[in-house]
Amino acid sequence: MSKQRIIVVGNGMVGHRFIENLMDSPSADNLEVITFSEEPRLAYDRVQLSAYFSGSTAEDLSLTSEGYYQERGVNFVLNDKVVSINKSEKYVVTASGREEPYDKLVLATGSYPFVPPVPGKDQDHCLVYRTIEDLEAITDSAKTSKVGVVVGGGLLGLEAASALKNLGLKTHVVEFAPRLMAVQLDEGGGKLLRRKIEDLDVTVHTEKNTQEIVPGETCRYRMNFADGSILETDMVLFSAGIRPQDELAREFDLEMGERGGIVINNQCQTSDEDIYAIGECALWEGRIFGLVAPGYTMAKVAVSHITGGTEEFTGADMSTKLKLLGVDVASIGDAHGNTPGAQSYVYNDEVNEIYKRLVVSEDNTRLLGAVLVGDVEAYGNLLQLKLNDMALPDSPETLIAPAIGDAPAMGVDALPDTAQICSCFDVSKGAICGAVQNGCTDMGAIKSETLASTGCGGCAAMVKQVMDSELENLGVEVCNDICEHFAYSRQELADIIRIKGINTFDELLSEHGSGLGCEICKPAIGSILASYSNEYILKKEHIGLQDTNDVYLGNMQKDGTYSVVPRVPGGEITPEKLIVLGEVAKEYDLYTKVTGGQRIDLFGAQLHELPEIWRKLIDAGFETGHAYGKSLRTVKSCVGSTWCRYGVQDSVSMAVAVEDRYKGLRSPHKLKMAVSGCTRECAEAQSKDVGIIATENGWNLYVCGNGGMRPRHADLFATDLDDETLIKYVDRFFMFYIRTADRLQRTSVWLENLEGGLDYLREVIIDDKLGICEELESEMTKVVGTYQCEWKTTIEDPEKLKRFSHFINADEPDSNLAFVEVRGQRRPATDEEKITAIEIVE
Amino acid sequence: MSTTISTEWVSICPDQDLLANTGLCALLDGEQVAIYKINPNPAYSQDLYAISNYDPIGKANVLSRGILGNIGDHLVVASPLYKQHFDLISGECLEDPEQRVKTYEVRRFNDEIQLKKTV
Ligand code: SRM
Ligand SMILES: Cc1cc2nc3c(=O)[nH]c(=O)nc-3n(C[C@H](O)[C@H](O)[C@H](O)COP(=O)(O)OP(=O)(O)OC[C@H]3O[C@@H](n4cnc5c(N)ncnc54)[C@H](O)[C@@H]3O)c2cc1C
Ligand code: SF4
Ligand code: FES
Repeated sequence: MSKQRIIVVGNGMVGHRFIENLMDSPSADNLEVITFSEEPRLAYDRVQLSAYFSGSTAEDLSLTSEGYYQERGVNFVLNDKVVSINKSEKYVVTASGREEPYDKLVLATGSYPFVPPVPGKDQDHCLVYRTIEDLEAITDSAKTSKVGVVVGGGLLGLEAASALKNLGLKTHVVEFAPRLMAVQLDEGGGKLLRRKIEDLDVTVHTEKNTQEIVPGETCRYRMNFADGSILETDMVLFSAGIRPQDELAREFDLEMGERGGIVINNQCQTSDEDIYAIGECALWEGRIFGLVAPGYTMAKVAVSHITGGTEEFTGADMSTKLKLLGVDVASIGDAHGNTPGAQSYVYNDEVNEIYKRLVVSEDNTRLLGAVLVGDVEAYGNLLQLKLNDMALPDSPETLIAPAIGDAPAMGVDALPDTAQICSCFDVSKGAICGAVQNGCTDMGAIKSETLASTGCGGCAAMVKQVMDSELENLGVEVCNDICEHFAYSRQELADIIRIKGINTFDELLSEHGSGLGCEICKPAIGSILASYSNEYILKKEHIGLQDTNDVYLGNMQKDGTYSVVPRVPGGEITPEKLIVLGEVAKEYDLYTKVTGGQRIDLFGAQLHELPEIWRKLIDAGFETGHAYGKSLRTVKSCVGSTWCRYGVQDSVSMAVAVEDRYKGLRSPHKLKMAVSGCTRECAEAQSKDVGIIATENGWNLYVCGNGGMRPRHADLFATDLDDETLIKYVDRFFMFYIRTADRLQRTSVWLENLEGGLDYLREVIIDDKLGICEELESEMTKVVGTYQCEWKTTIEDPEKLKRFSHFINADEPDSNLAFVEVRGQRRPATDEEKITAIEIVE
Repeated sequence: MSTTISTEWVSICPDQDLLANTGLCALLDGEQVAIYKINPNPAYSQDLYAISNYDPIGKANVLSRGILGNIGDHLVVASPLYKQHFDLISGECLEDPEQRVKTYEVRRFNDEIQLKKTV
């Protein structure tokens, strides 16, 4: 049997999803698939397009890879447009002249930006916002522009405005209608949104009808409006709506809507039964769906129909929740109250700039729609009420009233199993509960099992609620207990210790725990105690809590010896100090290696040698490097402006300063930092927990990067900070992490699990939403002020030194140690070498 | 016929050298012995314990440097190398019962910590 041949025209978000679904279907082996893209790359995440302006690359946005397509045997042709369809002989022709036959043809051609037909619209700096190439053009144009105008005050227009603002342009939004986001928002919501946006220094002009774009006087262009007013600008960005890309249908005679769009039925077939249309080009019951989720549903339906299934497309919900220029906005269902008999509840708080409206049915039992501006927390609950046509609670106004005491929680339990929780991946409540029943007990597991919350992320809070409630239903206690000795999570323990001012493990155990403790709770609590009271970790109350690395202030190696890593702040070291390191290494025959953290590690020291070695190092001005601790490790630096011809700030001085500030800070996991002197980023700051990159005006702060097992690029957190603000933010950031992270959770994983993510983190650290910043800063000040070099304290205490010998009752070294030489230094012998050689090098 | 004293106690160090909640390593007739002191606790009849210092899994003489605690009913030390738990009373490894380390008798006598020689 020859394979069925499927051609997918357009490799955008929906076309790609169609192919993925097809490849996952049982019939995949009997299909031959080919896809054409007019764009020069395979599908990317258009929804996240604006992230390109905050540093994401085309690669970051990519939804797939050529490797994936090759692996699955999917043919793809980039940069080639399908220009004709022969319906009777069933083949298509591309711009480059390629002819390909099909059994089934899928049109996933998306849409194009509508540019109103005003004279002057085709000039150089008149642009649109849809593809990566468009973004490149905007970036280029911004380099020679000071003022930018976005035509269109809808959802996309405001996103474009945000982009222009980020590019440093004085930004205007020009809207034809009397208010912003006229489709999604009612008057009250639109008004507040306008006010908030104007607060951000974006000028909004409503009821403006652009007549022409002519050469300007103070700027490159001048826009003339119908009411006689004018606006000078260097760049015009059209974002006045989208039009379905239906050219092929028009020319090759498929049924079209009056105002465009390729007509489809519930199976996503066009008027030709072998041709399907999905995504933004498709018109279903007179409607175009300009969001990605309905497109994904169409992709699924089309795959089902082609492979013999029975799924149908029955419309989609167009509710949205988004952040525009930092303003939270959400719209659900009938936001305008157009349904006959509809009534409204409105909450309007001009002081805190919050607007909420509920539209309910005539009999006040069903939610029809909602508008939320400034506070969208209710979105998840409201959406579920609407989608599942659930009965409203007795006083519906409590759903939007500000929480006084406990907010009325709408339990997710009330939702039917069919309720769709994640629209990006069409994951139902039932599917999430199923995953929990199969053993998923955290968000990470749920995500990889069901894909829920891996798209736009808007459903994360809801997914978590469903998961937690199902865990509870199963009788699995949502157990964040740190171990059998404490029925508390690390965060709860940190709160208890902090608030009650507890100073020792024994105190905590007798009041809040049971048993003796173990190797899980002891170091974790030791670390929390150290983060707050910062006492000498080898004090007799604390010593039993420490991992061996901390007890002996070195990293235990495989043979039981230790490594010695003195601090080299910023990686800067004098020749004298280098010589001392060399001398010490030679004297004790220590294997010497430059580490990945810009300092030097001396390996193979035995317990009794450690104090002597450190005495010599401390005499030479070294301090402990905490290579053993869950604490600040290194601050990498590049040479920066003092030597480098590109450097714009003194990165070494900054690195030394921050390393000195945070050295010894004990935390849930190790902390790494780096400072680069310019955007070339030679210090690799974007792979660190805290990365600092110099700019012309100060420093950009990046947070939550990670190298190691699962690398993560740090997120840009704040830009162009002066030294003082930079340190302030880092103080707060570290203390907040220490307070709330799980044990052994790096900042990267912590952020990924933090509800509200980066935005929330900014609100806490920058806007002080929780009102705790002062406290965080003073906690940090205390830690900084109580720093001590643990090695220095140790070598001055004869009692402590007693522990530094292999035997308490003999001077001999460990007889099990054996070394062999490699490249001029010694290393531990392997088991086999030990048996055959038994030659012990002292 | 005379009774031979087949065992004798050897002093290792002053009691105060072994901090509560920690371990130390002693040399006893060429054998490395890890001695531990736990916090006095009504659930356990004594506070001193001793097992071999050799971690048969990590293959190094390190057990005296592990963290003490309990896992359920077992009084244990966690190996500092790969964190397996060894029962201080039976010497058994909880994760891998095939692996068992030798146990020793230990006591406090005249403020000294003593180990009993084994024959
Ligand atoms: C010595 C060094 C390797 C080298 O020869 O260069 C090293 C050695 C060890 N690393 Fe590392 N890491 C070293 C740089 C790094 C780096 C590079 C860097 O810091 O720029 C990374 C990736 C960056 C990062 O952490 O994000 C790194 C990622 C890890 C990880 C994985 C962490 C993760 O989040 O995935 C571990 C395991 C862990 O911490 O749980 C680890 C753990 C270890 C341990 C502690 C393993 C252990 O428990 O024995 C090693 C002990 C070192 C010792 O005995 O002194 N090491 N390690 C480097 C010491 C740097 C320093 O001066 O302090
Ligand atoms: C800035 C921006 C922000 C957005 N934000 C959101 C959001 O927050 N939430 C949301 O749900 N949606 C959002 N959207 C809309 C979302 O991106 C679209 O709904 C989605 O991309 C539609 O997918 P599609 O595959 O139908 O079309 P597209 O992704 O546009 O893909 C169509 C592809 O087909 C190609 N093509 C067209 N004709 C041909 C031809 N003849 N031959 C070959 N190739 C052809 C096009 O070049 C294009 O690559 C946003 C869009 C933009 C531009
Ligand atoms: S990051 Fe910039 S300043 Fe630093 S060394 Fe590299 S090029 Fe020079
Ligand atoms: S709704 Fe977008 S990821 Fe779930």
